[in-house]
Amino acid sequence: MINDQFYKRSYTISGIAIGVVLVYIFRLFFLQIIDQSTKSEAETNALVKQTIYPARGLIYDRNGELLVFNQPIYEITITMREMGDNWDTVGFCKSLKISREEFDERVAEIKDKRKNRGYSRYTPQSFMGQLKKEDIATLQEALFLYPGVQIQKRTLRDYTYNAAAHVLGSVGEVNQNDIDNDPYYARGDYSGRDGLERTYEKELRGVKGVEILMRDSRGRMQGRYQDGALDCLAEAGTDLTTTLDIKLQMLAEELLAGKVGSAVAIEPKTGEILALASNPSWNPKVLVGKERSHNYNQLLNDPTKPLMNRATQAMYPPGSTFKTIQALVCLQDGAITPKTLYPCSGPASTPIKCTHHHGSPVALDKAIEQSCNPYFWCAFRDLLQKGGGDIHMRYESWREDVMAFGIGHRFTDSDISEQSSGNIPSALFFDKYYGKAGWKAITIRSLSIGQGEILATPLQLANQVATIANEGYFITPHLNKNDSMLAHIHKLDIDKQHFEVVKDGMHRVMTYGTGRYYPIEGIETGGKTGTAQNPHGKDHAIFIGFAPVDDPQIAVAVVVENAGFGATWACPIASLLIEQYLTGEVKRKDLRKRISSTVLNGSVKKW
Amino acid sequence: MGASRNGSILQNVDWPTIGMFIGLVLFGWLNIYGASYNFDQTSIFDFTNRAGKQFVWILGSLVLGGTLLLIDYKTYDLFAYVAYGLMLLLLIATPFLAHDIKGSMSWISLGPVSLQPAEFAKCIVALAVAKYMGQYDYKLRGWRDLVIPFALIGVPCLIIMIMQRETGSALVFAAFLLVFYRQGMTPHILWSCVAAVVLFITSIRFGAIPLPIGTGSVGMLSCMLLLIGVEIYFVCKEHPVKWQLTILLVTVAAVFGIGALINVWITVPFDWLAVGLVVALSLYTLVVAVYYRRYGLIWATVFGLVCIGYTQACDLVFTRVLQPHQRTRIEVLLGMKEDLAGAGYNVNQARIAIGSGRFLGKGYLKGTQTKLQFVPEQDTDFIFCTVGEEWGFVGSVGVLLLYLLFILRLVTIAERQRTTFTQIYAYSVASIFLFHLMINVGMVLGVLPVIGIPLPFFSYGGSSLWGFTMLLFILLRLDAARMEQLR
Repeated sequence: MINDQFYKRSYTISGIAIGVVLVYIFRLFFLQIIDQSTKSEAETNALVKQTIYPARGLIYDRNGELLVFNQPIYEITITMREMGDNWDTVGFCKSLKISREEFDERVAEIKDKRKNRGYSRYTPQSFMGQLKKEDIATLQEALFLYPGVQIQKRTLRDYTYNAAAHVLGSVGEVNQNDIDNDPYYARGDYSGRDGLERTYEKELRGVKGVEILMRDSRGRMQGRYQDGALDCLAEAGTDLTTTLDIKLQMLAEELLAGKVGSAVAIEPKTGEILALASNPSWNPKVLVGKERSHNYNQLLNDPTKPLMNRATQAMYPPGSTFKTIQALVCLQDGAITPKTLYPCSGPASTPIKCTHHHGSPVALDKAIEQSCNPYFWCAFRDLLQKGGGDIHMRYESWREDVMAFGIGHRFTDSDISEQSSGNIPSALFFDKYYGKAGWKAITIRSLSIGQGEILATPLQLANQVATIANEGYFITPHLNKNDSMLAHIHKLDIDKQHFEVVKDGMHRVMTYGTGRYYPIEGIETGGKTGTAQNPHGKDHAIFIGFAPVDDPQIAVAVVVENAGFGATWACPIASLLIEQYLTGEVKRKDLRKRISSTVLNGSVKKW
Repeated sequence: MGASRNGSILQNVDWPTIGMFIGLVLFGWLNIYGASYNFDQTSIFDFTNRAGKQFVWILGSLVLGGTLLLIDYKTYDLFAYVAYGLMLLLLIATPFLAHDIKGSMSWISLGPVSLQPAEFAKCIVALAVAKYMGQYDYKLRGWRDLVIPFALIGVPCLIIMIMQRETGSALVFAAFLLVFYRQGMTPHILWSCVAAVVLFITSIRFGAIPLPIGTGSVGMLSCMLLLIGVEIYFVCKEHPVKWQLTILLVTVAAVFGIGALINVWITVPFDWLAVGLVVALSLYTLVVAVYYRRYGLIWATVFGLVCIGYTQACDLVFTRVLQPHQRTRIEVLLGMKEDLAGAGYNVNQARIAIGSGRFLGKGYLKGTQTKLQFVPEQDTDFIFCTVGEEWGFVGSVGVLLLYLLFILRLVTIAERQRTTFTQIYAYSVASIFLFHLMINVGMVLGVLPVIGIPLPFFSYGGSSLWGFTMLLFILLRLDAARMEQLR
């Protein structure tokens, strides 16, 4: 066209077209490239991911006895988006036997993003968990009335024996922390909260599976997505065989009934823990299912502290049982020889009196047999003052030798999740307390007989006996039978002949000394009693022992709190445990009955 | 007539346009198959499903297009008014013959098929408008010359909107504004329309400027001032004042325009200041107009004051006149309400479907959202969802660019015409396609309200496909004859 004054307006029109397309391309760029939310929304829209929960691994004892297994339970989930306007809340509450208020409260909790950070209207949210088959029966029949509600089958722990609650631990719902730290978990999942369940969580839990179904806009299932190509099956958890001997464990718990205390038995050659009992305790079944949190709180508030695993977490002064270590360290150091004699004036001795009456002067074998306090004080004194060197160095070297027995620190390479470290005070500790030049051997004399600042857990005591039984090494005490832990062998720098002397002394304790009252027919045992002074009340009874003497199969440590002399309560328990383990039965039925029926602490109860 | 005549058409017809037409139709057909595909689907040629039916419509459209190319080009000019009259009769008759389909009375059943006369009306209106404005003695000098053209588009528009209750199809006639603009209509009208839409949205989004009392927002004010500023710019171009003044006014507009961009999503309460600013600016323009004796500037003053009144009216209409469901629809679109199950459902599902396609898409026939019928109307108005989900960003942008090329090609064709009649008709065609693309894709992308109009060549449906084919092939026939026409 000629003389067209508006010719340029064709550019405006083209410009508008280009502008519109550009704006839409930007919008597409935002929707399809930048905005990440649509992908998951589309998936929750059309794809229903049904989690398939794996069966949790079973737990067996060392002889293949089933300890922990699974029972089916049911969980109710609700997808909020699918609850229509006419959702029959009243009927739903009725079929679950909950009140309207409980329902509203629970729904508010689910929707509260602070409490439930992963909340989405599109995904199933856990509404109620841990229901028994009879709880959901009514709902299941009428499930079609409640769109958005799903019933998912899960499993709950169940236990063959009412025993070993501390060791096995329990399974509970994961908290926000777990979810944040491990992408495996989703809200409402379960994980091992303590004990073996916690240590071996990754093995026991298995791998969750997922089944992807397609759902159309009306919520009707349209079959499996891509014919199940992306589904994955749940992988059951790995079974765990523990080192526990359930019979021995149950006997230990039976014998501790009515008392506060613990018993640990270890197979010395392998470091396998045969029994790890702590009393008061509970039936593992009470920390399962709906009642778990209620019962847990009850346990938490019990003044006898049943939740504490005393076998690994309680710390006691080892008392006279420590003399075995003292003897070995002094022998190796050269401070004494088996022939060294020290005088003892019985209860009149200074600075530490002897609690027994025996001849004087006394040599090592007799000193162990009679638990002679003055002997070990003298030995300790000579060790610290030998050569007139610096006491700090001498003391630190002694401390190192003692700690080599596994005392005063956690077994960091062990699979026991709850442990206390115990304590062997450092020279620095005394420097701070008394001043750098303010202390010498006599200041810390109570250490020589296992009193004072020295603290050890029963597990450490058992491990220490195992070390003596092994004559110079121990394998970290552990609970998993499938792992030999051979890499975790700890060798001590103490000559073999010294162990023979101490073992002989311990044998003498059981033959002529404080442990002579509970012999086992046909089995020679070695042991040492101890009485730990306790500022809070009556002394703690302690016993450590091993058997048979010439080829030790079991090492035991028993602590009974506020029970008085070790010989009276701890020693018979250990003796019965040894008998059970080595002969497979307990012939001394009267003794067993007497011990297990004696109540030393009236407030102790079994939950 | 005969072979030599046909040969010249084959030589002269614009093949690039035909190529793009075939490309769009075929890709659209593939996507209709994709959208209506479900998992027990048989074949794309199965005539019981929509893809199969669309195949028949496509074959029909090719025959139709070929036939239109064979008709003498003068026929279109000659019978434009006759066709227009017949079309009006048909449109009026339609509601009496039609079945009620989803509240719309626009479908006439002819045996097994239904046709929507409104789809063919666009083409005939375009011819009539082109004929009227293409007369030798017609010249667009002022608003008087636009009365007849507006009537030509207004009458069918009103029939469709009121009698057939098809708001979407009726709105398409707004596309003719671009045609009039190209022919010399003052930009103020176009700009006033833009301003009306923008102010309606912002006044609802942010609240009107307070008169006599209430709350509004800086975003609202800035939008208004931006619009006024641009209007002043247009006025200044027509009525030149000192360049300093132009700069001053443009600067004011620019400052507030930037303010608008910043404040669109941040609502700041404010009061009489806003009114004061707009009134001050308007009065200032008035003073300048009088001082420099550029009385044209008074239009800018009027524009500004009308803007204030208009936002009040919008507010009133929105809160008092509109039905609750219409309000909800608008509120959802403007992001004021989230109602994913109700009014926002379509838009949200469309967003999810498109967004989940990501860069390369899920692959043909692999989209889950469209297959499982999450998006309503997915093979008709929301067909672009399937493109987005299955072909991803690459595919969607490809389709948009193809449309853009197509429209630009139509503009090029329009510009090379020697007769006003063909040029106006060509611009009508380009504008109608542009309008459809803008409204339909904008709706699917959640940028514009849900207005049910089809995406040309893509959406399932015989009427729309044939309507667009007619629109396009008449243009191609006229274009092929451009060499034979007098200058």
